[in-house]
Amino acid sequence: MAESLDTQQKPSSNYFKAVASITWKDMAAELRSREMISAMLVFSLLVILIFYFALELDVKARNSITAGALWVTFAFAGTLGLNRSMAIEKDFGCLDGLLLAPVDRSAIYFGKMISNLFFMAIVEAIVLPFYSVMYNINLFNSGLLLITFLGSVGYIAVGTLLAAMSVQTRTRDILLPILLFPLTIPVLIAAVKASSGFLLGSAWSEIEPWFNILIVYDIIFIAVSFMVFDFVVEE
Amino acid sequence: MIEVKKLVKRFGLKTVLRGVDFNATPGEFVVLLGPNGAGKTTFLRILASLSRPSMGLVKVAGYSLPNQAAPVRQRLGVVSHMPLLYGDLTAEENLTFYGRLYNIPLLNRRIEVVLDLVGLSSRKKDLVRTFSRGMQQRLAIGRAVLHNPEVMLFDEPYTGLDQDASEMLDGVLKNVAAKGRTVIMTSHDLARAEELGTRFDILNRGVISASAQRSNLGQGNLLTFYKKVLAGTDG
Amino acid sequence: MSPQPRALKTLNILSVILVLGAFLQVILFTPYEEIMGPVQKIFYFHVAVAWVGMLGFIASAVVAVIYLVTKDLKWDVICLAAVEISLVFFFEAIVLGSIWARRAWGTWWTWDPRLTTAAILEMIYLAYLLLRQGLEDPERRARFGAVYTLLGGLSVPLTFISIRIFRTIHPILIGGGGTDTMNMSNSMLLTMFISIGVFTLVFITLFWHRIRLGFLREEVEHTKLSVTE
Repeated sequence: MAESLDTQQKPSSNYFKAVASITWKDMAAELRSREMISAMLVFSLLVILIFYFALELDVKARNSITAGALWVTFAFAGTLGLNRSMAIEKDFGCLDGLLLAPVDRSAIYFGKMISNLFFMAIVEAIVLPFYSVMYNINLFNSGLLLITFLGSVGYIAVGTLLAAMSVQTRTRDILLPILLFPLTIPVLIAAVKASSGFLLGSAWSEIEPWFNILIVYDIIFIAVSFMVFDFVVEE
Repeated sequence: MIEVKKLVKRFGLKTVLRGVDFNATPGEFVVLLGPNGAGKTTFLRILASLSRPSMGLVKVAGYSLPNQAAPVRQRLGVVSHMPLLYGDLTAEENLTFYGRLYNIPLLNRRIEVVLDLVGLSSRKKDLVRTFSRGMQQRLAIGRAVLHNPEVMLFDEPYTGLDQDASEMLDGVLKNVAAKGRTVIMTSHDLARAEELGTRFDILNRGVISASAQRSNLGQGNLLTFYKKVLAGTDG
Repeated sequence: MSPQPRALKTLNILSVILVLGAFLQVILFTPYEEIMGPVQKIFYFHVAVAWVGMLGFIASAVVAVIYLVTKDLKWDVICLAAVEISLVFFFEAIVLGSIWARRAWGTWWTWDPRLTTAAILEMIYLAYLLLRQGLEDPERRARFGAVYTLLGGLSVPLTFISIRIFRTIHPILIGGGGTDTMNMSNSMLLTMFISIGVFTLVFITLFWHRIRLGFLREEVEHTKLSVTE
């Protein structure tokens, strides 16, 4: 070996660098092609339009239904993004490329999770003002934004893990929502209730239990995904 | 450099490898031949630390698998029939990404050198999506040698390449990928295999049924040897 | 094929006798509840089958963890057995609960936390079976199945809590407290515990049979493979 073999370093020192480079790679590719985000976005806007006709969102109904409509939109758009983000890894064998690298498997999980979260946040950042304008309702409430973030974290934490599983099955894209939705029901309930609590101006004591559920869910499922991701990618 | 003893791999009830004994000394270029389903790819995936052996001893560069996977991965490069590259990143970005995962020092200089070696310097700012199959495969070799591994694994690297591209790949494989390294390659292309290999092992029904040194075989006799071995084990 | 062990044969007979016994106990020796009338007697079986579903649910989550630690495929067979039993028994619990609710609250379905959680759990089990169906390699199927069962085991309690809080904040639906508020005499309680005990035995018997079936199926596959090779 003529050249440097001083490239050997402990994988642990490499951990955060690996997470960051996976996230960077996803963002660089997506910001160039914009395939995933535009699909998620167009889909979300369509859903919001459909809600108007399906639910006849008059002024009175809006306040109570808005949070539900938003979260249904986010959840469905989220599965589109999660599927696509993992399919990119699988289609040209890139997942093997990641697994061949001397990095901890969980670094791959966190890298993918952070970029998925980032894509979801971009979609939310566009959908929320759009919804505000269309339905003339102010969604720029710091509490609502915080809940949106916490809900997205839990949803994406489980979603990234399950997408890594579903992409390896024969049924692929169809399977992800079926696997994901029943497991994320606590997140969806809590996020919807807490969001509408903030929109309706409820007391903190009414919002607090939902807030707690979101926090507990996020912590449990990030920790478990971190522990079991090895089982999902190894052979 | 590579030491395999009594390697058994089962997928559930199906036994794919049934006690493979295999050795490769530093600098050897071993070509693994065998019919479809003989377990060649499985064998390479085990050497690459992507798949766990069910039983037996596997040592690569002095480290045993699967327990010491991290140092093995640091010393291993893989080229498969899939490029393991991201279509929406440029050639340079792809190498930057993998270089960061391997924590390569002075990465930019190393990338320049590697791109030059595989003859893609002029296309480094182009998206991999726009590359021909042959160029993708050359870049895949660049990716595999980026961290200057001691051991290279080639899994059917010629799949999907036309005559010209195969010839071009030949040169890169010989001069860039194989030079000074230990190489294991699987291939169906006996003519190319004969040109590249220093040793030919035949894997059939989960065991290595014959092995021949290039020096003992003589020019142009590989096909006869291969047919004779398969006929012998089938009958 | 090895014959059924004697303990299992004994369990078979015991289960049949005891289920019949519990049936008689419920029909003949337990007093009528005044408001509900005979329909109330469904309750004893409803609780018992839900209990069996619960046992299966807990067993599957525990066995999933054991599989992930040991990587021994026999635990996958056991996990699948637990899931299937739990799936069937929760389904029965939902059906019996619906019949009971029809009489008690005048509606087939109420968004009661227990009933709703059971329904979501059924969805998780169906997703689990679909996931397994999409995978060829038995080891990967076992690993993914175990991971999914484990995730289900963690999310279901949170689902239950969420629905519970959901309902207390919005008590607009018909019914309400459900079984918590039911007045039960001592003999009713006794019958309930008898039927829970009996169905626990049924669970053990079925679980054992289902695990044996799983192993036999594997043996068949094995034999098939050794014949073709």
